[in-house]
Formats: sequence, C-alpha cells, structure tokens
Amino acid sequence: MAPPPGRSAPNTFGAPRQLHPPCPPHSDCELYTMTTETTTPAAIMGDPGPTGRFGEFGGRYVPEALVPACIELEAAFRDAWADPAFRDELDSILRNYGGRPTPVTDCGRLTEQLGVRVLLKREDLTHTGSHKLNNVIGQGLLARRMGKRKLIAETGAGQHGVATATAAALFGMECIVYMGEVDTQRQELNVFRMELLGATVVPVTSGSRTLKDAVNEALRAWVASVDDTHYCLGSVMGPHPYPWMVREFQRVIGDEAREQTRALLGTDPDVVVACAGGGSNAAGIFAGFADATSSDLVAVEASGGAAVTTGIPGVLHGMRSALIQDEAGQILEAESISAGLDYPGIGPEHAHLAELGRARYESAGDEAVLEAFQLLARTEGILPALESAHALAWVVAAAASGELEPGTTVLVNLSGRGDKDVAQVRDILRGRA
Amino acid sequence: MSASPTIRTPGTLESALLTRRDAGHKLLIPYITAGLDDEWLLVLEALAGAGADAIEVGVPFSDPMIDGAVIQESSLRALERGTTPEGVLADLSRVDVGVPLVVMTYYNLIYRAGHARIAGAMHQSGVRGAIIPDLPLEEVGGWAAVADLEDVATVLLVAPSTPDERIGAICERSRGFVYAVGRMGVTGEQAVLADSAREVAGRIQAHTDLPVCVGIGVSTPDQAATVCEVADGVVVGSALVRRLLEGRGPDGAAEFVGSLRAAMDAG
Ligand SMILES: Cc1ncc(COP(=O)(O)O)c(C=O)c1O
Repeated sequence: MAPPPGRSAPNTFGAPRQLHPPCPPHSDCELYTMTTETTTPAAIMGDPGPTGRFGEFGGRYVPEALVPACIELEAAFRDAWADPAFRDELDSILRNYGGRPTPVTDCGRLTEQLGVRVLLKREDLTHTGSHKLNNVIGQGLLARRMGKRKLIAETGAGQHGVATATAAALFGMECIVYMGEVDTQRQELNVFRMELLGATVVPVTSGSRTLKDAVNEALRAWVASVDDTHYCLGSVMGPHPYPWMVREFQRVIGDEAREQTRALLGTDPDVVVACAGGGSNAAGIFAGFADATSSDLVAVEASGGAAVTTGIPGVLHGMRSALIQDEAGQILEAESISAGLDYPGIGPEHAHLAELGRARYESAGDEAVLEAFQLLARTEGILPALESAHALAWVVAAAASGELEPGTTVLVNLSGRGDKDVAQVRDILRGRA
Repeated sequence: MSASPTIRTPGTLESALLTRRDAGHKLLIPYITAGLDDEWLLVLEALAGAGADAIEVGVPFSDPMIDGAVIQESSLRALERGTTPEGVLADLSRVDVGVPLVVMTYYNLIYRAGHARIAGAMHQSGVRGAIIPDLPLEEVGGWAAVADLEDVATVLLVAPSTPDERIGAICERSRGFVYAVGRMGVTGEQAVLADSAREVAGRIQAHTDLPVCVGIGVSTPDQAATVCEVADGVVVGSALVRRLLEGRGPDGAAEFVGSLRAAMDAG
C-alpha cells in the first residue's frame, strides 16, 4: 500500500504535538468541535491532541467524577513522555527486568509449509509472557511519579492482570484486579499467579462476566478510589489519554521490529499482522510501521468479537469507537475461545485506521485458531497464546487462499505465549478424542 | 467563573423547579428504572401523588458503569423484559403524571438513535430533561444544542472531585438543575451521608442560580433533610428501586417517597 500523500516524518518518541492550543474546557469552543481531520494533518498514529480524537473516534466519555483524573493523567503523561529521565528509566527496566529487546524469529519450517515467509516478533519472550508488560511498566512508573500508591486493573485472559500485579510488586504498590467470573474459570492458573504476586482478584459477576464487565467494574472502583489509585487500563481503549498513552507504551514493539526486519530483510516486511482484542499489541507494532513504511497492516479480531467488521460506531467505556451492539444501542456479548479477545469493542484508533484504510481488519474463528495454535507448536516449537494464534490463523488462511502470494514476507506479532492456555486447549482437544 | 446572567428563557423543567424552589419548597426527584415490571407506569403516578417535584426515569442500558448493584439489577430485569428506549418513550407518551419527567440514560443509546430523532421523541412523549452521566462537559455540546431546541433540559453533573474552575463552566451549560454527585462512588444506598454531599452542593451554589439537587448516596428521609439544609433538593434512586425490586409496588413506592417528602418539608 502506498503511503497517502502528505504523510509526515515518523513520529518516534517526539515531543508531544498539540493540534490546537488548549482552549477553556467548555463544549462550545469552536476548535473543540473540530476533529483532527480539519486541522493540520497529523502523522498517522501521532498525538491525538487535547481532545483525544482519532478522526471522529476516541474522546473522553466518562462520568464527571473521573474527568479531573483523566485530565491529570493526560498532563502527567505528556510531562513524563517528554522527560528523558522518565524514558531512560522505562527503557532500563524494560531491558534489564523485562527482557527487551525481544527477538524477531525467522520461521523456517512454517515458511516452508505455508509458502509465505513468516517472521515472528517474540513478545511471548517478555517477562510475564506477553506484551502487556510494556504497558504496565510504563503506567506503573507514571503512577509512582503521580504519587499514587494503588493500582487497579481489568483483565480478560489474565495476562494484563498478571502484568499489573507484577508491576505493583516491583514498585511496591497495592493491586486489585477485576476479572469476569467466566474468565477466572477459563484462566484459573493466572488467577493464582496474580495472588502469588500479592494482588487481590475480584471476580465480576455482572453482565456477560467477561472482559467488558471487568472494565465496567474497574471503572466503578476507580470512581470510589481515584485519590490514591491509578487505573492501569490494559489496552488502547477507554477515555483519553489511555488509547494514546497505551499505544505509546506499546510502540516499542513496532520500533524494535522495524529495525530488526530491516536488518534481516534489507527492507520492510510486506505485511504486518497482529491480533486485536482492545488492540494494544496491534497498535504497538503498527505504530512502528504506519508512518515509516508502506507495509500492509492487518489486525485480526476474534470472529465472535469482530468490532471493526461487524460493529458500528458507538460509545462505551469512555470512548467512541466501533462496537458490537443491537438496534437500540445495547452492547452485545462477544464470544471467543480466547478470553483476551472476548471484547465487543476495539480501541478508537483502530476504528480510525480502518476508516483511513491504513490498516485492514480481518477475523479468525475458534476452529482455525486451534489449528494455528497446534501448527506453530509442531513446526516451530512455540506455543502461542490463543490470542496471538488469531494472527497466525489469518496468515495460514490467506496463504492458502492465495491472498498472500508465495514469497510474501509477513511479520506476525506473537503477542504472548500459550502456557496459560494449555489446560483449556487440552480440555477441548481431549473432549473430542 | 461566577454566575454570569445568561439571557435565555428557562425551559419547562427549569421553570417548574424554580417556581417550587422560590415558593420555599425543597425539590424531591425520585428515580425509577423504566420497564422494571408491569406496574412501572403506575409507580410513576404514585410518586407524583406522593410529592415528587419531578421524576427521573432510567432507560436501561446494558453497561451501566456509574450504577451500583441495585440499579444494575433493575436495568438487567428491565432489559430482560424487552425494554427499549423507543418503547419507554412510547409508554411515557400515554401517561400524564403532572410533574416533569427527566430521562436518565447512557450516551450510547442517544448516539445510536441519533440526537435529533431521540430529542424529538423525548419531547413528544412529555420528557423535559435528560441526564446522561457519561457525557461530560467536553463531549456534551452536540447533544445539548439539539436538546435545547426540543425543550429537553440537559442536566449536567458536578462531582466532589470537580475543581472550582470547572464548576462555573458546567453550571453555565447545565439546564433544568445542576446535579450534585453526593459522593465519589457509584449509585447505591449508604448508611451514612458522606460529608462531600453538603460540601459539593455548597460549592456549586456559589456559581449558579439554578436549583442544585444532590443525588448518589442519599438514601433515607433523614439524609434527604440533612442535604437540603444546603441543597435545593435531592435525587433518590437506589433506596427506592430496591423497594421496587423487593416487590413493594406503587404503594410501597408512595409510602417511601411520602416519608422523604415529610422529612424534607419538616426540615
Ligand atoms: C497474549 C495476548 N495477546 C493479545 C491480547 C489482546 O489484547 P490487545 O488487543 O490489547 O493486544 C491479550 C489480552 O489479554 C493477550 O493476553
């Protein structure tokens, strides 16, 4: 895909850019009602400005009680992100504690089998086993800088909960994790891991008892504790500044991978693929390629939670984005084999990237995902997270259908490792035997 | 920002509440969830009869993030009975309870229906105000401008965490009354009234002549009377809805609201 005209230089860790000068917080401000489309074209995946808008998506749809906290968080993040000392400390922890940079693995046997060249960005090798660590170390440091002493988080698969519990232990903070009751059963081992790390896990019994409801409950808890508590949101969703901040904390994936694939291939990969629940690992890897390269970007959602392809614009969890909902606007329950993708929405920047046509949104069903999970294990000796297996499943299907031509280079973000899913997959496969 | 005298004609809700307040009455605004059971329209009538000055009608949403267990439960029950925004407005258009109705719901239902369409439908069914808790000042402009044209007052909220600099701007954009959030938390009954309830009401009153009503965490006649030492009125939700969930019906609702009324009048 050719970059659209006027695309500006890659915005890597640049000083925050303001789309327009801050205006007094009242809604009639003319500048406020403008979106990024009507101001100077921002870099793709740049700074969404004070209103937190990605095109028409994003924003800050939270109860008044939380607005001051979101404003404070945005200011603190802008300040920290422009502070070299903060960046150095984050970088140092990610290296010396988190195991970054993660390698890119050139998959010989899988490539032979599929006919397309598959490269894996190995986020499964980070400490705690998924990309979620990148974000929580960033937010943990920020929370400490803001003087907060408690972290709360929602979790689906438990990976973000485990990561948050880890950051809380590392920084000596208290930690409470909200997790849908269905997910506490699917991901029992992760519940115990969080408890070992000193966190309290609160099972959420409202609604579909999955990730969506865990977010509701975490927001409710935040309202009641906002003075001393930071809400460590796990993906590029929620009210401004979260979608932007979490993407910036995750862009290390894409920045590393771009340099690594250039060294390996002498050029950029043809296609960059990632799974998307809320969309943080996808946003993180896309951020390294969206502006700087002309690689095709593909995000793969669970087919039972495909917000971009089957959803319509709406407002939930503080953001305007693509949501799976009924005629009246009631949010529908997503359904997926993987707890981490069981979410009826997606981060607002993805809705925007889809609208711009800069990224493509595809989906994969449970069956294809189970196949891909086993395929990677057998051909490469890597057990992927069920979430990450969605990205692989799409590659397998697209290679088979010819959509990916033979010889195409495909960089897949292997967002996490599959150890947490082994018991679930065993039960499913044994149930069939 | 202090209360600059904006030249605008108060809408129906604002006029009704100002008239009551200026006659020396405290304002009582009970909340119920629409579609909770077969009797919910009878409950509305009972509330008006028991001394409500306006009634807040909750249109149930699948993800009520600022609501605690009781209103989550009532929303779920209503949704399971097939309650929709359109159905609620159609039902409301068939009753006239004699006091203004204010819809409370979450923004996605408004957004999905379309601002103009649902504001028009609200007006048609006699609704004169709307409380949309996930639509704060910075996001409310588009909706509020449309609602103004339909005489649907967009009531904005001020929380204990709201800094003084924001309160003026919120009051300026609020219509009908200003909703003072009594405590940092979700809706739900509280044994003890939070200190923040009176404190936030007082801070708001320094910025506006609009009625200031405290909701969230006001659960008993005593608490209502105490809050009204400072505030112009109260919104009472969970304490009433719990009684309805327990099956106490229109009579039970009237009895409870009557006791709130009596305490506020005596105070
Ligand atoms: C390994 C892994 N990948 C992906 C996800 C989905 O999240 P996101 O779309 O934000 O990357 C999760 C969420 O739990 C996860 O654990």
